[in-house]
Amino acid sequence: MITKEAVAAAPAPAPAAPAPTRPGKKRPAWDEVPRWQIYLPLGIYLVFTLIPFYWILLFAVRPAGSTSLVPWPMTTEHFEKVWTDRGFGTYFTNSVYVGLATLVMTTLVALAGGYALARFDFKIKRVFMLALLCSQFVPGALLLVPLFEIFAGLQMINSLGSVIIAETVFQLPLSIILISNFIKNVPYSLEEAAWVDGCGRFRAFRIVVLPLLRPGLIAVGSFAFVHSWNHFLFALMFLNNQHKQTIPVGLNSLMSADSVDLGALAAGGIVAAVPVVIVFAFIQKWLITGFSAGAVKG
Amino acid sequence: MAQAAAVAKPPAPPRRRRASATPRRLPYLLIGPAALLMLGFIAYPVISVFYYSLQEYNPTKPWRNGFAGFDNFVKIFTEDPVFWDTLVFSAKWVFVEVGLQLLFGLALALIVNQTFVGRGIGRAMVFSPWAVSGVLTSAIWVLLYNSQTGVTRYLADMGIGSYGTSWLSDTSTVFSAAVVADLWRGVPFFAILILADLQSVSKDLYEAAEVDGASRIKQFWHITLPHLKDAIILSTLLRAVWEFNNVDLLYTLTGGGPAGETTTLPLYIANTSVDAHDFGYASALTTVAFVILLFCSIVYLRLSKFGGENK
Repeated sequence: MITKEAVAAAPAPAPAAPAPTRPGKKRPAWDEVPRWQIYLPLGIYLVFTLIPFYWILLFAVRPAGSTSLVPWPMTTEHFEKVWTDRGFGTYFTNSVYVGLATLVMTTLVALAGGYALARFDFKIKRVFMLALLCSQFVPGALLLVPLFEIFAGLQMINSLGSVIIAETVFQLPLSIILISNFIKNVPYSLEEAAWVDGCGRFRAFRIVVLPLLRPGLIAVGSFAFVHSWNHFLFALMFLNNQHKQTIPVGLNSLMSADSVDLGALAAGGIVAAVPVVIVFAFIQKWLITGFSAGAVKG
Repeated sequence: MAQAAAVAKPPAPPRRRRASATPRRLPYLLIGPAALLMLGFIAYPVISVFYYSLQEYNPTKPWRNGFAGFDNFVKIFTEDPVFWDTLVFSAKWVFVEVGLQLLFGLALALIVNQTFVGRGIGRAMVFSPWAVSGVLTSAIWVLLYNSQTGVTRYLADMGIGSYGTSWLSDTSTVFSAAVVADLWRGVPFFAILILADLQSVSKDLYEAAEVDGASRIKQFWHITLPHLKDAIILSTLLRAVWEFNNVDLLYTLTGGGPAGETTTLPLYIANTSVDAHDFGYASALTTVAFVILLFCSIVYLRLSKFGGENK
């Protein structure tokens, strides 16, 4: 939004304006901050951020009973125990299944809804928009009881389908708003040009719009995956069967045991973190642009 | 670039658009799946919560089930001290968390927005806890806080504090301990959003301010902060609602204890429905929570004059 206004307001052609400052042989005076004012607070904050990560890694690889602060000698005993004895192998498969299914469903449904909001004027559009915004205030945690009854009625308790549906539904409103903002940024004239060339609406969308939506879809899809991977309450409520549970529920049961096996807990935590770290590394560069394109200023 | 093209082009004549012969049902077909899912799994549950709030409804005591009028609400406001305790704690929790997260998030965003060696890796490390779940955060901080092999042991080795201290089971330290754990995960959210918004501040403004001899602090107050205002208002509101509603971390880290010391209203509701099976009363509590959230959000948006200057 802001970029659009800025472009419109600037009298000179926008792309040319920032160019002179770019080469950076001499940094402009306003950009000069003493280095210690950057590195000192950043360093202090990084200690706070990284010690917990180090701590869990340390506990996961050092032998039981050790109090060494260096992760050496290393052992895989905790990982073996967690993966087989504590069922994290099964939980992992379930979580991947739920995460991927939520990703696909959320992206497809939000793509359709987002396109309708971006490109058409229709009677219930305002109502639909309002419903999307209001649903942001509805906490999933407070709807556990009625949701449980609905899924019981559909015979879906203890089926991963219930968690997939619930995760998708609560991920949808934000995803639709995001995707419709991304689509609005693609000029309608591009699509119209494709129609003139004889494309149908769907084909024009697939060939012209979809490739341009890639960063947006990656952002929305990764949010959906990470969110459902991390979320805990729906799985806790709707899945009572040991073999159907997901990683966060497994972690919780490790923590709520009478005497907590810290090594196993740490190893379970690492298992829970790995896919999220991979996704995070993958979307890093899209994260900032994805957010500036629509999330905040929407 | 895309925007520039859209702005430069005059609005297309309506006739051209109609020529593409879009079936009138298409937009409805497109929003259909989303609308059905939200009707079935958000709207319907919300309505049934309102309905249950007027009922006595407890599956373990079926003989007492039936219409109860406003009895549940009367009980909440007159006979339930736990409700008031959890409400006060919720307010304290949300206020402290959102305030501190915003403060640190803003500072971090300003720092990593500078140009310096190692910026990319610095950003990645600062943001990394953002993707960590509430349960995993709990697991990590349980490891840090546990009395035998947690940080207190190593601090005690160095002569700070005493052995066997468990910050999570002591009523005087549990609040700070939980706040720090949630802060660890929450600060990156604000840092990411504010950094994204900082990208869109026009550099010309700073250059002009520089020419006029404005100090960096003045530039921050008169250029950066006004620019960030709407983003800050919106993100604090979203975060406050989220911090209020989200029970993952407290549920797994403290379980609301010790002695109910860290029970938020939603956690109380979850316990009432999951453990006590008192669905009617839990629904009434949920309704009250909705109303409080809605009221606070409206007041907040009004007071902060959100989006006011643009119109």
